[in-house]
Amino acid sequence: MSNRIIYFLLIIFFIFVYVTFYKGLNKSNLYTPNSNEMSIPEFSSKTLFKKKIFNTKKIFNKEKFYLLNIWASWCVPCRDEHPFLINLGKNKKIEIIGLNYKDDHNNAKKFINELGNPYSIILLDRSGTKAIELGAIGVPETFLIHKNKIIKRYFGPLNSKLIEEIESYIR
Amino acid sequence: MLYSYIGYYSLIFGLIISLPIFFYSIKNFRNEDTLDYKIISFSFIQLFLVVVSFLGLVFSFIYSDFSNETVFNNSHTTKPLFYKISGTWGNHEGSLLLWLVVLTLFIFLFLIKSKDLLKKYRILTLLFQQIIIIGFFVFLIKSSSPFNYIFPVPEEGLGLNPILQDPALAIHPPVLYLGYVGSSIIFSSALAATTLNYISKTWALHIKNWVLISWIFLTLGILLGSVWAYYELGWGGFWFWDPVENVSLMPWLSLTTLLHCILVLEKRSALSSWTIILSIATFTLSMCGTFLVRSGILNSVHTFANDPERGLFILTFLFVLIFISLIIFFVFHKSDNQKSDSFFLLSKETSILVNNWFMMYFLSVVLIGTIYPIFLDVISSQKISIGPPFYHKLIIPFLIPFLIFMVIGPQLNWIKSGLEKKKYLVLFFFISLLISFFIIKNLKINFLFNTVLIGSAFFLFFTTIKQFFLKGFKNIQQNIAHFGFSLLILSILFNNIFSTELITNLKVGESFKNNRFEIVFDDLKKFQKKNYISFKGNFSIRENEIEDNLEPELRIYNQPNIITSEADIKTTLFTDKFITINTVQNQEYFNVRYQVKPFMLWIWISVLLICLGGLISLFKKKYE
Repeated sequence: MSNRIIYFLLIIFFIFVYVTFYKGLNKSNLYTPNSNEMSIPEFSSKTLFKKKIFNTKKIFNKEKFYLLNIWASWCVPCRDEHPFLINLGKNKKIEIIGLNYKDDHNNAKKFINELGNPYSIILLDRSGTKAIELGAIGVPETFLIHKNKIIKRYFGPLNSKLIEEIESYIR
Repeated sequence: MLYSYIGYYSLIFGLIISLPIFFYSIKNFRNEDTLDYKIISFSFIQLFLVVVSFLGLVFSFIYSDFSNETVFNNSHTTKPLFYKISGTWGNHEGSLLLWLVVLTLFIFLFLIKSKDLLKKYRILTLLFQQIIIIGFFVFLIKSSSPFNYIFPVPEEGLGLNPILQDPALAIHPPVLYLGYVGSSIIFSSALAATTLNYISKTWALHIKNWVLISWIFLTLGILLGSVWAYYELGWGGFWFWDPVENVSLMPWLSLTTLLHCILVLEKRSALSSWTIILSIATFTLSMCGTFLVRSGILNSVHTFANDPERGLFILTFLFVLIFISLIIFFVFHKSDNQKSDSFFLLSKETSILVNNWFMMYFLSVVLIGTIYPIFLDVISSQKISIGPPFYHKLIIPFLIPFLIFMVIGPQLNWIKSGLEKKKYLVLFFFISLLISFFIIKNLKINFLFNTVLIGSAFFLFFTTIKQFFLKGFKNIQQNIAHFGFSLLILSILFNNIFSTELITNLKVGESFKNNRFEIVFDDLKKFQKKNYISFKGNFSIRENEIEDNLEPELRIYNQPNIITSEADIKTTLFTDKFITINTVQNQEYFNVRYQVKPFMLWIWISVLLICLGGLISLFKKKYE
């Protein structure tokens, strides 16, 4: 009698193992940790040229790529990366948003008038708190954003290699 | 083209040959007294056809015949000849064909080598083996044919994954397969012997050789894989508890246990249930390994293709085999006259039984750690990854009693023994503890635990050394293997405790200094090789007035386009100096990782010693 129970239990057990493995076969075993994808913190801010107040929830919600670039007129490396941004701005698949960091309005306007404006919107961060909310650690810093998620962040000025990388993302 | 055709059709004919083998075997099983010679001839023809088919694939690789899909996917004209050949089994289809070669080779050898055994037993073993062989034939032809034709014929192949282009890895799969597939003979013959109620001393003596052969190859195969991981993957470790390493460890644990059980069966006609179950388990675990690796249910460097259909086939086949063997076991098996609970407490039998339970414990830890994530994912859609801490926490504490039992067990006699003349063991134990106390004393690690652990490893180490002097050549095989094991544990422990590591970013001309080493990045050279571009760094490292030059390398392969980091390792008797470089985002700088790893060489040597024990055991029988 006890032997029969053992057979029965063994058979049940192996059937269970079989079914589990069978189901496991059809599942994808690819796994992307969530921590790589940060969502964008919500904040509102004035803009440099327009009088309107923009909310971040409203900006990044279209089905396209965004590049959020933190810059300042007093920041020397920002001058170096600016031509790359202007070039990239010609690409219609990506929209570049600026975040002007701890800057004087007039100097910022002078900077844009002198070097050109790759940004569709320039948000203002006079106190530097918005950059903190984004988790930025310095200027310049750039975030590649898609579907309201930060998919890649670049510390320091962009260069031609990084631009190529960004272009390969949006292709 | 031609070679693919030859290969494909000989594969088909090979399958057809199974029919006459079945026919004559069944006829012969009922009627005559001696084994029909036709059966052996047909087995030979089958082996021949499979070998021809395999050679067909090898030649397709050598001549870079890209009309063959397998060659196209895994080869490239610029690849060196050696890796073209090893590319044959470096992929799913080719490696299964190799399985089949070994399967047919082993059953043929079995038939030749078992002439003085019961005829019915030989035939039944052949039939069980044929079931496995047919399963693999069908699988190979139906869902993973190595001879698929592509049209139009591509100009160039996709290339072999560069991390697989390595001499150790070129021979790692065949050696491992000899171990895996060797267990299929044990499986078939255990089933045949159970059916015929032939589990006896004679059988144990005969099957022991097969157990030893597969065990040696499995051990060597695991060693090769481990050596490869050490210098090729560039992490400086040799065992990562990767699921795929685990699936080779599980049959090894079960086979090692089987090896000990066979001894009891041979000497005392006991533990026959253990023997049968372990024979079944070893092969099932090997198959399970193939399933886990080939189906893509696990993610690892060994996963060639994620193809659920293939996985389903192996899975179903595996469970059919499990059910057949369980039914045979429950219907035919009669338990021993000698019950294991009648063993005297202080006897070799008992200590082997204790060893068995320890091994089963280790096996279950590895098994659960490997398949639990799959179960959890299916049942609750949670993804987890089980890493080294799990295995370390569950296995290492149990090594202490295990090692102590390894000392005591071999000291005991069969049937019954006392401990009268064994007082020196207590002395040895305290000496070992004392030595390990002085080693651990100044280190910042868990004091008590490590002292006892290293102490018990030393205990085994000294006792086995004493045995060499005391007993000489008597039982030398067991003594060498156990000595090797104590050396392995000691080397692994010291390697873990005394390894140091330094990671820094350097560019050419820069140097880095801390209180122990000074590393200078002298030079970076660029070479154009046949199928890759090589960047070779030149580092000089100064430690205690000793200066070493190490040249780690970065290889950028053209086909497929992959960067690999080749470690440069300076091996001396007691330490390995291990350096790797890697690119960082900022082009000029390289990420330099320098490790000093003591006793690395001894890990490999001790595994070789364990193998040597098996080899001696295999050949000793023949001379005696």
